[in-house]
Amino acid sequence: MKLTPRRRRRLFRVAGYVVFALVIVGVAAAADWGRLSDAFLRSDVARSMFPEAITVALRNTIAYTLLAFAFGLTMGLVLALMRLSTILPYRWFATAYIELFRGLPSLLVLFMVGYGVPLAFPDREIPGGVYGSVTVGLGLTAAAYMAETLRAGIQAVPKGQLEAARTLGMSHPRAMISIVLPQAFRIVIPPLTNEIILLTKDTSLVYVLGVTSSTIELTKFAGDALNQRVNPTPLVVAGLLYLVITLPLSQVVRGLERRAARER
Amino acid sequence: MSTIEIDGLHKSFGKLEVLRGIDLSVEPGEVVCVIGPSGSGKSTLLRCVNLLEEPTSGTIRVAGAEVTDPDVDIDAVRRGIGMVFQQFNLFGHLTVRENVTIAQRRVLKRGKAEANRIASENLDRVGLSDKADSYPAQLSGGQQQRVAIARALAMDPRLMLFDEPTSALDPELVGEVLAVMRGLAADGMTMLVVTHEMAFAREVASRVVFMDAGVIVEQGPPAQVFGRPREERTREFLHRVLEPTRVSEAELRD
Repeated sequence: MKLTPRRRRRLFRVAGYVVFALVIVGVAAAADWGRLSDAFLRSDVARSMFPEAITVALRNTIAYTLLAFAFGLTMGLVLALMRLSTILPYRWFATAYIELFRGLPSLLVLFMVGYGVPLAFPDREIPGGVYGSVTVGLGLTAAAYMAETLRAGIQAVPKGQLEAARTLGMSHPRAMISIVLPQAFRIVIPPLTNEIILLTKDTSLVYVLGVTSSTIELTKFAGDALNQRVNPTPLVVAGLLYLVITLPLSQVVRGLERRAARER
Repeated sequence: MSTIEIDGLHKSFGKLEVLRGIDLSVEPGEVVCVIGPSGSGKSTLLRCVNLLEEPTSGTIRVAGAEVTDPDVDIDAVRRGIGMVFQQFNLFGHLTVRENVTIAQRRVLKRGKAEANRIASENLDRVGLSDKADSYPAQLSGGQQQRVAIARALAMDPRLMLFDEPTSALDPELVGEVLAVMRGLAADGMTMLVVTHEMAFAREVASRVVFMDAGVIVEQGPPAQVFGRPREERTREFLHRVLEPTRVSEAELRD
């Protein structure tokens, strides 16, 4: 039988499926399922984490994320407008800020806000306790990323939109607020949602600020439970709870991107 | 008082001099069509009138207000000048009705009911009252351009500028936009129109201005400019535009 190009393609395809199935079966056979489930899926350990896993840890994770996001978005918008300003020093400042905070690890910034600043100014403190420090500590970095995203969004709005608004007698600020920014925000919703997902994961750094039982977030909560029960099941529970936040968000991004593709 | 008075207008983009000394006036109720090859500076001239482009030198007055005065309240001047763009430039995040009301509300500070009433009148005038709740993306190009005209008219302009309003349209949609413009002209609106639609210029214009290489080569009533052009450059342009199938290969060599 001759190997025609069509047969050949089919053969390679079948081989691909077979290799995949063999690897899966091989791994499944080699794994010690009893031990795995004893370590990672102990239902009594998992049960002991509730309801605090949700009422405290998940709640705080979401709160830290939203606070840092709100701070970062506000500051990012100001930075984006500064970057597009006709006033040169504004552009310099915004560019320097963005380059600086994109280049620093989030953890270092968090240390700086949580410990560095209080040491330098012992008589002042960031309002809101840990919540305040997290808002600023994670928000400063997020602002740098969001500023670039927002700038790109503003520049993606066709120039004719601003011209049409100005032609109707709107001032430049009015045209930005009523016409350009609403369209820019629509464009940047998918990348901004990605930013929330990244922030959600960055809240796992918050434990370095020394959280208490009421300000604890998911990762630290799971770590404590792991130490206490000497069993890694809490890590699996925490992982699943993170996915409860991030998977719907990814789904939202995908939906929005599909819609944007259709409208084009 | 002339609606537009342009004196010694020059405009350069870097080293490129696009307008080299334009003198032009438009009287109230006139429909002036500006024709000429691409790159001749027609659109730049139009965009200087409401200061979308800043002239390099020269003065422009619109209804007595000097647009080129550095102390002019340009937003106030622009309120009286409607402009229609080649690319429509409707606000994509707003419905048709909101497109027509937003500047009335934000700029003229009209109440919601009044703005909506005026929007309805103007949408009716361009034949699109049934599309008030649609978004621009749901409309054809011709419909979008008619909304853009209604949006400009809702501001009660004393002058309308048209920058190649039909150039981005599919051929079968050109007629509906020209019909609206013809209606406007008949109602006595002062219009400055940059266009490639020679039939429209011939039929509707009170005056035709032919531009080439940044200057006005000749101007006059359409019958004269189209029928008995004085300048060789005008004849050459009209020949190429009006009889594109008669352009011989020999003409391409010079």
